[in-house]
Amino acid sequence: MLSRANLIGAVLFLAAGIIGFFLPPWLVSLLTIAFANALVVLGLIILWRAGLVPFGQALYYCSGAYTVALLARWAGVSDAFVLLIAGGLVAGIVAFLTGFLLARYREIFFAMLSLAMSMILYGVLVKTETLGSTDGFGVDPPHFLGYAPHGDALGFALYWFVLVVCAISALVIGVYFKSVAGALAVPIRDNEIRVEFLGISVTRLIHMKLVIAGTLAGVGGALAAMTIGHVDPNMSYWTTSGGFVFVTILAGAGSVAAAFVGSLVFEIVRSFAFAVLPGFWQMTLGIVLLLTILFLPEGLGSLATRFRRRKPDTKPVATS
Amino acid sequence: MKNYAIRMLRSGAAALAIAAFAGGAAPVQAQDAGSVKLGLVTFLSGPAAGPFGVPGRNGAEILIEALNAGKVPAPYNTVGLGGLKIETKIIDESGSAANVVSEYRNLVQRDQVDAIVGYVSSGNCLAVTPVAEELKALTVLFDCGTPRIFEEKPRKYVFRVTPHATQDNVAAARYVLAKKKNVTLYSGINQNYAWGQDSWRDFVGAMSVLAPKAKVDKELFPKLFAGEYGAEISTLLTSKSQVLHTSFYDGDLESFIYQQAARGLGKRMTILATTAESSMKRLGNKIPDGSIIGARGSNGPLARDTELNKWFVKVYTDRYGTAPTYPSYHMAQSIIGLKAAWEKAAKAKNDAKPTIDEVVAAFENLQFEAFGSTIKLAIGHGHQGIAEIAYGTYKFNKQKNEGEIVDVVRFPAECANPPADVNAEDWIKGGMKGAKCD
Repeated sequence: MLSRANLIGAVLFLAAGIIGFFLPPWLVSLLTIAFANALVVLGLIILWRAGLVPFGQALYYCSGAYTVALLARWAGVSDAFVLLIAGGLVAGIVAFLTGFLLARYREIFFAMLSLAMSMILYGVLVKTETLGSTDGFGVDPPHFLGYAPHGDALGFALYWFVLVVCAISALVIGVYFKSVAGALAVPIRDNEIRVEFLGISVTRLIHMKLVIAGTLAGVGGALAAMTIGHVDPNMSYWTTSGGFVFVTILAGAGSVAAAFVGSLVFEIVRSFAFAVLPGFWQMTLGIVLLLTILFLPEGLGSLATRFRRRKPDTKPVATS
Repeated sequence: MKNYAIRMLRSGAAALAIAAFAGGAAPVQAQDAGSVKLGLVTFLSGPAAGPFGVPGRNGAEILIEALNAGKVPAPYNTVGLGGLKIETKIIDESGSAANVVSEYRNLVQRDQVDAIVGYVSSGNCLAVTPVAEELKALTVLFDCGTPRIFEEKPRKYVFRVTPHATQDNVAAARYVLAKKKNVTLYSGINQNYAWGQDSWRDFVGAMSVLAPKAKVDKELFPKLFAGEYGAEISTLLTSKSQVLHTSFYDGDLESFIYQQAARGLGKRMTILATTAESSMKRLGNKIPDGSIIGARGSNGPLARDTELNKWFVKVYTDRYGTAPTYPSYHMAQSIIGLKAAWEKAAKAKNDAKPTIDEVVAAFENLQFEAFGSTIKLAIGHGHQGIAEIAYGTYKFNKQKNEGEIVDVVRFPAECANPPADVNAEDWIKGGMKGAKCD
C-alpha cells in the first residue's frame, strides 16, 4: 500500500504544512484557497481522463459552499468537520441525482448540459432575496472540535485543515486511479463500445465518476466558503466552472499531483498579475495558458512525470 | 538528440517563466514613513468597469495627483494626507469573492497599505468587511449601495462616506409625489439581482408610506445585462401607470431608453431613473423630456455649485474630456473623507503621522465638506455617511444640443435616510418615522 508515490506525496504535504509557519499570512490564505480549489480540479481530472469536460462543476462547488453557509447561519453549526462532511454529502447527492441524466451524454452535449444544470442553481439563488440575491452573505469563522482560533491562528488552522483534507483525497483518488473502475477511464475515452463488450456498464461507471467528482467539488466549495467567509451566487456561474476547466488544462490529467501543482501555479500567477498588471491580468493568464498548451501539451503535471521517467534511463537496465 | 535538447530548453523556459512569476509575487515592500500608502480597488475590467470602475479610478487619479501637489481648493489645500504624499496601489475588483478577498489580504499584509479605498459591488463590500475587521485595516467603501454592511454588525475599521442606496429610492418617491400629486398607479422595471430588487423594494415601501392609495401595476425584473426589452416595453405600453421606476444603469439603461424612445413609452408615463445622470450625456434627446433623473446623491449636474465642485469638474473635464459622473464623486469624496479624518487625527498629535486606530477614532461621526454637499457620518454607529440628495427633471436643450436638469429639489440628509441605529428596511416599513424634511 505504501508505494513510493504515496510516500513522496505525504512528505510533500507535510512539508507544505511546515513551510506554512514561515510564510506571511497573506500567502497562507492564498495557498489555502489554491488547495481548496485543487480538490475541484482533482474531480475534473477524474472526468477528463474519461474524455468528459464539464462546464458546470460550479454546481457542486456552490452546493457545498451554500450548505456550509446555510448550516452556519440558520442551524448554528460551526464545527469545521461537520460542515465539511455536510458540504461534501449534499454536493454528492446533487451529483448523484443530476448524474442520472448527465451520465448518458458525452462530449459537447455533456459539457452544455452540465453548464445548464449549474446555471439553474445560479438562477434560483439570484431570485432568492432572503439569501441576499447576488450579494450573497457571510459565513462566520468555523471551530475545530471546540478549538476556536482568531486572526492568523485561524488562517493556519484552516490551512492545515485544508491540507489534511487534500492529502486524504489525494490518497483515495490515487488508489481509485489504480483500481479497475479508475483505470477504465482511458478505455472509455478511447472506445466505449469495447468497454461495454467487456461486460461493464459505462453509464454506471461514469455515474460513479460524476458522484466522486461532485463530492470533491462540494468539499472544495465547503472549504472555500470557510476560508473566504462569504458565499455568493457567482460560485455557481459558468465562468467559475470555466475557471476550473482552465486550471485543469494548465495542470493536465496525468496524475493526482497535477491538480495541486496546477491550482497553486494558477493562484500565484493570477495574484502576481493582479499586483503587477492590474489592467492586463486576464491577458497574462491567457499567455500562460497558451505557453502551457504549446510547450507542455499534457499540462504542468507532465513536468513531474517526465522527470520521473527520465531518471531510470540514466542507469543501465538490470537484467537477470 | 537535437529534439531532446529543444525539449529540455522549452520545458526549462516554461519552468523559468513560472518561477519568475512566483518569485515576483513575494517581495514585501518596506513602509516609508514619508508617505501614505493607499490601496485602491475598483473594476478595471468587465461590464462594471465602463460605468463605475474607470470613472472611479479617474476620480481618484486626478484627486490624488492634485492632493500631492497641494492644489486642491481649501480646506483641502494641504499636501497629501497631513503633509505626507499619497502613494497608490491599484487593483482590479473583478473575479470571484475568493479573488477579491485574497487580493484584499495581499494589499494589507503583503503591500502593507495604510488604508484601502474601494469596491463597487455590494457583494464584494460584504465579503471584505469581516476581513477588514479581522486585519484591523482601515477601509473606506466607495460606491457599493447595500445598507447591510453596518446593519448586520457594528464595524470598527470599515467606513462608507457615500450614502447607501435607500436614500436614492426614498428621495425618488418624495420627488415624484411632490411633482405629481395624483399618482394612482405606478410600475417598475429593475434588473433581477440584489441592486434592482433592493431599489424596487425601497421605492415601493416609500411610496406606500407617502401615498398609500397609489398602487403597483407591473413589476418587471428582466435579467441583468439583458439588453433587449421589447417584451417588457409591450407590457408597459398596456399599463395605465403614470410613473415607471427604474434603477437600470449604463448599458441596460441606454438600451432601454433607446428601445422605448422608438415606441413612445415616455409619452405614456414618466420615467424615473435613479442613476440616469451617469448616462445623460450619451443619451441626449433619447431621454423623454419630463423624465425624473437621479445621481445617487448631490453629484454631477445635481451637485451644489461650490468652489470645490467647480474645481473638480474643471480638472476632471480637462483631463478626461468628459464631466465626472457620480462614481467619480463617490471615489473623490471617500478620499477627501479619509483625508479629513487623517488630518483631524494628525492635528491632535501635533502633525505627527497618526496610527490607524487614531484615524479610525477621528473618522467616527465625522462631518466634512464634500464636492456636491456636506457629508455626516451619522448612522451605522458613526461609520455610514448621509448627505443631501437631489432629484430633477430632464429637459433637452435644442440650442445647446445637450440635456439639462431643471426643477431640482434637494432633500436634506435626514429626510431620505433612517435615523441612527434603525435598519433602513424597518424604517421604511415602520412609516419612515423621524424623517426631517423641512
